[in-house]
Amino acid sequence: MMDLLGLYNYWVFAILLMIGFYAVTAKQNLIKKLIGLSIFQSAVFLLYITIGPVEGGTAPIFHEGAARQVYSNPLPSVLILTAIVVGISTLALGLAIIVRIKEAYGSVEENEIREIDRQ
Amino acid sequence: MTVFIIIFLLTLLVITALAIVQTSNLFAAAMLAGIFSLISAMTFFLLDAADVALTEAAVGAGISTVLFLGALALTADHERAGTAGRLIALVVVTAIAAVLIYTTFDMPRLGDPNAPSQLHVAPWYLEKTPEYIDVPNVVTAVLASFRGYDTLGETFVVFTAGIGVLFLLGKAPVGQPKLSPAMTFAGKAGLRHYQIPRVVGRLLIPFILLFALYVQFHGDYGPGGGFQAGVIVAASIVLFALLEGEERALQALPAGLLKLLAAAGALLYGFTGVACMLLGGEFLNYSVLAHDPVHGQHYGILIIEAGVGFTVTGVLISIFHSFAARGAK
Repeated sequence: MMDLLGLYNYWVFAILLMIGFYAVTAKQNLIKKLIGLSIFQSAVFLLYITIGPVEGGTAPIFHEGAARQVYSNPLPSVLILTAIVVGISTLALGLAIIVRIKEAYGSVEENEIREIDRQ
Repeated sequence: MTVFIIIFLLTLLVITALAIVQTSNLFAAAMLAGIFSLISAMTFFLLDAADVALTEAAVGAGISTVLFLGALALTADHERAGTAGRLIALVVVTAIAAVLIYTTFDMPRLGDPNAPSQLHVAPWYLEKTPEYIDVPNVVTAVLASFRGYDTLGETFVVFTAGIGVLFLLGKAPVGQPKLSPAMTFAGKAGLRHYQIPRVVGRLLIPFILLFALYVQFHGDYGPGGGFQAGVIVAASIVLFALLEGEERALQALPAGLLKLLAAAGALLYGFTGVACMLLGGEFLNYSVLAHDPVHGQHYGILIIEAGVGFTVTGVLISIFHSFAARGAK
C-alpha cells in the first residue's frame, strides 16, 4: 500500500499534464489556452520537485548543530525556482500578444479569428 | 503523516485544475488559477523545496493573477461556447495519461534515498558547498555560483520577455487619443473607492517591502534570493498602483527608471562575470573577487542576487504598467 502511495505524485503529474494539454488543444478561447499551458507547466514543476525529497531529510539549508542531518536534493529546487520566474515572464508575453490579437481582430476565440482570416 | 497531507493537497490540485478547465467564466478561472498556485506552493514546501514554494506563492498568487485580470479587462471575461474536436482531444489525452501512469510504476518511490537522482551529483553539491562557497542555503549556492551561467541566461530571458511585452503594448494603438486615467484598466479595476482594502493595504505595503529586502539579503542563509525578492517588490508596487492609482505608482517609480533597473540588473550580473575574468579567474568565478576564495564567493553571490532582483523587479512592474495603461473595453 505504502509502496503505491509513493507514486501518487507522479499520477497527479500525469493527470495535471493532460488536463493542461486538453485545455490547450480543445479550448477555443486563447486566454483559456494560456491558463491550460500554465497548468501543464505546473505539472512539470511537480514532477521535478517530487524527485527532490529524501526520506527523513529536510530542505537543503545547513543549520548549526545538525551534523548528521540528511538533506534533500537541492538541484530540482534550483531548476524550478528560475523556471517559475521565466514562466511568468513568458506568460506575460503571451497575454500581451492576445491583447494585440483582440485589438486587431476584435475577438480572442480561435475559430472566429480563423473565420476572419479566411475572408 | 506528511505523505497524507501531500496526497490531500495534490487531490485538491487536480480538482482545482478540473474546475479551471470546466468553467466558462474566465474571471473565475483566473481566480482559481491563483488558488491552484497557492496549493502547489504548499505542496512544494512539504516536498522540501522551500525556495520554490516562496517563489510560486509570490508569482502565482500575486503577479500572475493580476496579469490575467489585466488581460481579461482588455479582452473578454467570458469564453464563448463551442470546443472543436473535444472528443478526439479527450481520447488522446486519456490515452497519453494512461501511458504516463503505466510508466510511473518503474519510477523510484517518493523519498527513496537510493533513487538515481540522489546518487550522482546531488551529494557532491551538498558535500562541497561548505568547503567552496560556505553559505548555508545550498539552493542559493548552486543557483548563484556553481550554476551561475544558467541563472545569467534565465535573467536575460526575463529581460527579453519584458522587452517583448513593451514592444507589443508599450505604445498606444495608432489613432487612439491619450486615455484619461479613469479609462484604463487600472482606473477601472482599481481599489480606490474601497475603504477597507485601502486602509489595510497602505499599512501592509511598507512591511511587504521590508520582507522583500529580508528575502533578498537573507537568501544565503534561508529560503530566498533575487528572484523571490524581485517578485515580492513587484507585487507590493502593483498593490500600491491598484490602491492609489496608476499615476501615483509612476510618480514613485517612473517608467524610465524601471526600464533602467531591468537593464542595469542584467548588466550588473554580466559585468560581475567580466570583472572575475579581468581579475584572473574564469567568467563568473567569484573566488578572485576578494583576498580569499570563500569571501569572494560571498561578495559575488550578493552582487549577482542584487542584479537578478533589479531585473525581475523592473521587468515585472514594467509589464504591469504596460497592461494597465491600455484602454479597457
